[in-house]
Amino acid sequence: MSTNHSILAHHFADLDQQRETETFGMWLFLSTEILIFGAVFTCYTVYRLRYPHDFEAASAKLNVLIGSINTIVLLSSSLTMALSVHATRVGRQQMLLTCLLLTILLGGTFLGLKVLEYYKDYKDNLVPVLAFKPEEWTQVQGEQGPVQPQRVELMLVFYYVMTGLHAVHMIVGMGLLIWLVVEARKGLLTTVRYMPVEVVGLYWHFVDIVWIFLLPLLYLTGTHHAADLHF
Amino acid sequence: MSEPITPTRTYYSVFAALIALTLVTVAVSFVELGAWHTTVGVLIGVVKASLVGLFFMHLLHSSKASWLAVLAGLFWLSILMALTLSDYLTRPLLQY
Repeated sequence: MSTNHSILAHHFADLDQQRETETFGMWLFLSTEILIFGAVFTCYTVYRLRYPHDFEAASAKLNVLIGSINTIVLLSSSLTMALSVHATRVGRQQMLLTCLLLTILLGGTFLGLKVLEYYKDYKDNLVPVLAFKPEEWTQVQGEQGPVQPQRVELMLVFYYVMTGLHAVHMIVGMGLLIWLVVEARKGLLTTVRYMPVEVVGLYWHFVDIVWIFLLPLLYLTGTHHAADLHF
Repeated sequence: MSEPITPTRTYYSVFAALIALTLVTVAVSFVELGAWHTTVGVLIGVVKASLVGLFFMHLLHSSKASWLAVLAGLFWLSILMALTLSDYLTRPLLQY
């Protein structure tokens, strides 16, 4: 009972109530996150419905191979995160450390590939203001006539805002994971005190879910061809 | 009564399903579907997100309070989308 007393905050009746409150608190935060991303998704939907062919033309130029690989990398990091929770619950300290470090490694791989992709987008003149050539787009034919460069730029702005906001959340998540590694090395994550791993896991999986929707909305609009698969 | 411990077998099965669905959604983007790519992609995304939510995020065994927070978030998102789109999608109907 002594360990239970030391981690139980005085304003909770027992550990179960404390754990339920911690889970509920994270879900409340995530419901506000749904609305942050939801606002951007709604704006995207409005313009997507208004300029469908210009958005599809811009989407076709994005790197679908890196986008798809990153999806698999992120889903793998969610698996190792879920396994971290399991390892904590059953008290396997070494497995916990390994899984946390793998999650950080996979998250870092995702961000590294994202940086590479942004660099390639810059090389391909796909960055509004910094590197964008309207004349390259006036010859592109949509399904209903030529596309308009300003509308293509608008789609690219959505691409950077949405992936950028997602990347910021990834960086925050990496920070939380590093904190968990420090806690785990001190032996502070146990079968009794497992909620930090559980709650950080909820956040990490949420960021994964956001990417699950970014993949079809940004990369997979319109029909692709085998030639689109390149780094 | 603390939450039950999810066995690793469940996590591996869900992960396999998620990877399979990702390969399906990317493969479908190479098929000529016209305007239906986004609809199909988002529907597969909803299935994947539900798998992550129910199993990785343990919603299957979560309290009613957690479900309330999730459903409230999704409900407000639907208000945001429905009211905004009911404006923008009906503007072409107006004659000035």
